[in-house]
Amino acid sequence: MMRHPHVWMGLLLWSIFSQANAAWTVNMAPGATEISHAVFDLHMTIFWICVVIGIIVFGAMFWSMMVHRRSTGQVAAKFHESTTVEILWTVVPLLILVAMAVPATATLIKMYDTSEPDIDIQITGYQWKWHYKYLGQDVEFFSNLATPAEQIHNKEAKGEHYLLEVDKPLVLPVGAKVRFLVTSADVIHSWWVPAFAVKRDAIPGFVNEAWTRIDKPGLYRGQCAELCGKDHGFMPIVVDVKEKGDYDKWLAERKAEAAQLKELTSKEWTLDELKERGDKIYHTTCVACHQAEGQGLPPMFPALKGSKIATGPKEAHLSLVFHGKPGTAMAAFGKQLSEVDIAAVVTYERNAWGNNKGDMVTPKEVLELKQAESK
Amino acid sequence: MSAVIDDHGHADHAHGPAKGLMRWVLTTNHKDIGTLYLWFAFCMFLLGGSFAMVIRAELFQPGLQIVEPAFFNQMTTMHGLVMVFGAVMPAFVGLANWMIPLMIGAPDMALPRMNNFSFWLLPAAFLLLVSTLFTAGGGPNFGWTFYAPLSTTYAPESVTYFIFAIHLMGISSIMGAINVIATILNLRAPGMTLMKMPLFVWTWLITAFLLIAVMPVLAGCVTMMLMDIHFGTSFFSAAGGGDPVLFQHVFWFFGHPEVYIMILPAFGAVSQIIPTFSRKPLFGYTSMVYATASIAFLSFIVWAHHMFVVGIPLVGELFFMYATMLIAVPTGVKVFNWASTMWQGSMTFETPMLFAVAFVILFSIGGFSGLMLAIAPADFQYQDTYFVVAHFHYVLVPGAIFGIFASAYYWLPKWTGHMYDETLGKLHFWLSFVGMNLTFFPMHFVGLAGMPRRIPDYNLQFADFNMVSSIGGFMFGATQIFFLFIVIKTIRGGPPAPAKPWDGAEGLEWSVPSPAPYHTFTTPPEVK
Amino acid sequence: MADSISMKKLVTRLLGVVVAMFVFGFALVPIYDVMCKAFGINGKTAGQYEGEQTVDTSRQVRVQFLSTNNIDMPWDFYPKHDELTANPGAVNEMIFIARNPTDKPMSAQAVPSIAPSTAAAYFHKTECFCFTQQVLQPGQQIEMPVRFIVDRDMPKDVKHLTLSYTLFDITARHPPVAVNTGG
Repeated sequence: MMRHPHVWMGLLLWSIFSQANAAWTVNMAPGATEISHAVFDLHMTIFWICVVIGIIVFGAMFWSMMVHRRSTGQVAAKFHESTTVEILWTVVPLLILVAMAVPATATLIKMYDTSEPDIDIQITGYQWKWHYKYLGQDVEFFSNLATPAEQIHNKEAKGEHYLLEVDKPLVLPVGAKVRFLVTSADVIHSWWVPAFAVKRDAIPGFVNEAWTRIDKPGLYRGQCAELCGKDHGFMPIVVDVKEKGDYDKWLAERKAEAAQLKELTSKEWTLDELKERGDKIYHTTCVACHQAEGQGLPPMFPALKGSKIATGPKEAHLSLVFHGKPGTAMAAFGKQLSEVDIAAVVTYERNAWGNNKGDMVTPKEVLELKQAESK
Repeated sequence: MSAVIDDHGHADHAHGPAKGLMRWVLTTNHKDIGTLYLWFAFCMFLLGGSFAMVIRAELFQPGLQIVEPAFFNQMTTMHGLVMVFGAVMPAFVGLANWMIPLMIGAPDMALPRMNNFSFWLLPAAFLLLVSTLFTAGGGPNFGWTFYAPLSTTYAPESVTYFIFAIHLMGISSIMGAINVIATILNLRAPGMTLMKMPLFVWTWLITAFLLIAVMPVLAGCVTMMLMDIHFGTSFFSAAGGGDPVLFQHVFWFFGHPEVYIMILPAFGAVSQIIPTFSRKPLFGYTSMVYATASIAFLSFIVWAHHMFVVGIPLVGELFFMYATMLIAVPTGVKVFNWASTMWQGSMTFETPMLFAVAFVILFSIGGFSGLMLAIAPADFQYQDTYFVVAHFHYVLVPGAIFGIFASAYYWLPKWTGHMYDETLGKLHFWLSFVGMNLTFFPMHFVGLAGMPRRIPDYNLQFADFNMVSSIGGFMFGATQIFFLFIVIKTIRGGPPAPAKPWDGAEGLEWSVPSPAPYHTFTTPPEVK
Repeated sequence: MADSISMKKLVTRLLGVVVAMFVFGFALVPIYDVMCKAFGINGKTAGQYEGEQTVDTSRQVRVQFLSTNNIDMPWDFYPKHDELTANPGAVNEMIFIARNPTDKPMSAQAVPSIAPSTAAAYFHKTECFCFTQQVLQPGQQIEMPVRFIVDRDMPKDVKHLTLSYTLFDITARHPPVAVNTGG
């Protein structure tokens, strides 16, 4: 009557665990850090101890169920206690537990290491996105789910990294000790990347600490692990781990971008300020061709004073300065001058030598044009 | 609601049950109230189960198909609340009401009028709770663990009704527990010393003490929430000097003993059933009692193992890890005792025995994953994944629920006077067994592979196992309708049951006729 | 029921347990607070500095400053510098800047937190803008100081710590008109 579900399950388990099959992932991945490997080993150790205990106990039970049954004519024994046996099966499990506790304690202590980190990242959970800040570097950004709504609502085929892709991943260097300072701006979230064995709750009003040191470059994916409201399932984590050099380059770019943005947005430029700055730029960069009074040297170098471009729509004017005019001497200054300088010089040209347009091009507009171009 | 025992006149008892609906509304009879509890629990089991079916249907395939994430969260929350407070706990109270007086030779529960009141609070509480699903802002959506501030500052309006419902359930449980303790301590038949009590009575006594110790803490916890939401206090709000993590400490101080509240009575029931069908006395009765007591004690000092990733200092993590691992010792003793009871017995495998044996094995699997979860560094990977979902469903479904099924089949003949259909019972067992494993075993895999819990949609790598889980879930769900059919069939007829339908059974409950008369042990029996 | 007297006693006692446990639920609040202060759970900072007032020049600790706005808080809020180096026993100061860019007066509460938690019990604030709520008029900007001492007894292996502030909008609960502008 009784089958052997445990035997089947055991065989199934064995076959599943012993052969890696990508489509049927059944186990924890060893991950990409020393700690994650330690955790994986611990997990497997405890697992196999449990399997062995299970085989012994369930084996005895099934043996008993096969043999000690009334249908085979068994007469029930009368015993109902044995102090020796009972002490034995209290003490032996206790010893096994001690054996488990030793590596567990060692790993836990390693996780609580407070040695000096190379990089500090502040991670802030929001409903329903993550915010990363590179402390002391002036680099910060939000990281949002990048999976299109069409995929979620089954109107498009789902990609390989469905729900595990973001617009801007957290970028980290290989081999450096990274400290995460985790907090939240609303409810409790939990920042989890399985490959690092890092999971820390993000709690509003409090800061939590965790660290990692990643061994291999690559893309690592995780998810929010604490129910945080409606879109809890839609705030993934992606970490892009780069070689040191690539990381430095990436960070320098982000810093430059950030510094630039700060310069452009932190200041409210006035027409006069831009004109003043544009005056200087014009007289170093443009004057050779277009001449000091904007009169130019026609026909090779057209005049700007009263020109259709310089007194026409500012978008066309900016575009010409930015992109240049192919086939002529007019260069594309978009790549040569900063946003502020382009904005300044265009504004200057529209308001000098009697070109009294009175309007201005702001550095932000130039930046927006630049960003639109780069996409 | 079918009358279980009213069509058997007993001339020797002047006070039979009243007729009609008022019998059930006003009853103070422990058997009537036990019946009410059991039917109520079964209704809630189906309701909570239907919420689970919505969850499994949404998770059948990746993508959003059936419900929106906001409603999905209400389903997971309600499934948990209804199953814990509406199905499992009332079912055990029902069993206690029916069986404890019969097992200790008492005429009724000690406080019969309070008994009636504590039952009737429950339908009110759940009507209130479930009705919030139909309000504009939706029902509770913050998980059955209702962590602040998601359940306070960010909660839907219905949270106030939720708090009130929790209060009603709490009062009901506390009154039920006081009644059980009073009955066991004061109404035992002469000669029934504590160490002669059946194990079901023992485990319930310990459970009742757990209940009166922790249900008031839960009440305090939701009261603090209520004050935070409506009266401007800041127990759990950092903005006012409170702490959201405090909520978790208070909640799990209740929550962990609560887990044992849901399993200890099942331990007791299984400790009745396995000796019966092994035809051999329970091995290690005394150590069973002590093991239960130590589990209950340990349950008060392990709560923070639910909070390993909130940022507890190293010493704290170590303490809670060691304390949690210790629970494996008394639990192991119990499993070994059950196995030894079976050893060299003369076993038969009627439905109660099948459920009881499955209980021991599958609960142990839940215990193994529990041991893995106790290892704090490894828990950083398991916490809040489907591995945890697999773990506690292995403890609660083949644990608590199979324990209740085993009890129901074991005592159905006593309750109804009829034998249930053994073939159908076995079919119910095997369908439940297969369905349950199909549902919850793959959850270990997706959890280890990195699928967080409480999400309505997932990456494609989890798709296959989720589909298997859903199929298993539908199977398990449908099977329980079949159980309803079996029970109704047994109530309506079937071979008449003798006073003692199981030849290996021991205990006072088998000394009264089947079905048990409306009044039993009006003169206490003598226990040798 | 012959035991009716003892029954009354028993039920009364059990009800006593229930009431006691209900009260205990609330008592967990101060108990938790004490535990937090003692063990630095959740980065709650320690109380007054009672240690030796002399400066330990033999070692230095890097103190990092973080600022976070709770979700609906529109103020600008940031430390003047990202970090400083402190000697245990010495009083240090950091200025945080807050500006209310809205057109309404608002009140705010800053909530401090320390990482790692092992260091929290050794971090003493002598003056902090988080001790009181802050009220800012529309467009107003203030400098808010925090002064602190790192305990000389802080474990030697802790070489850095992070002081994080989260700023909450409490205008609804504490309308700014009712409160004197503290600056």
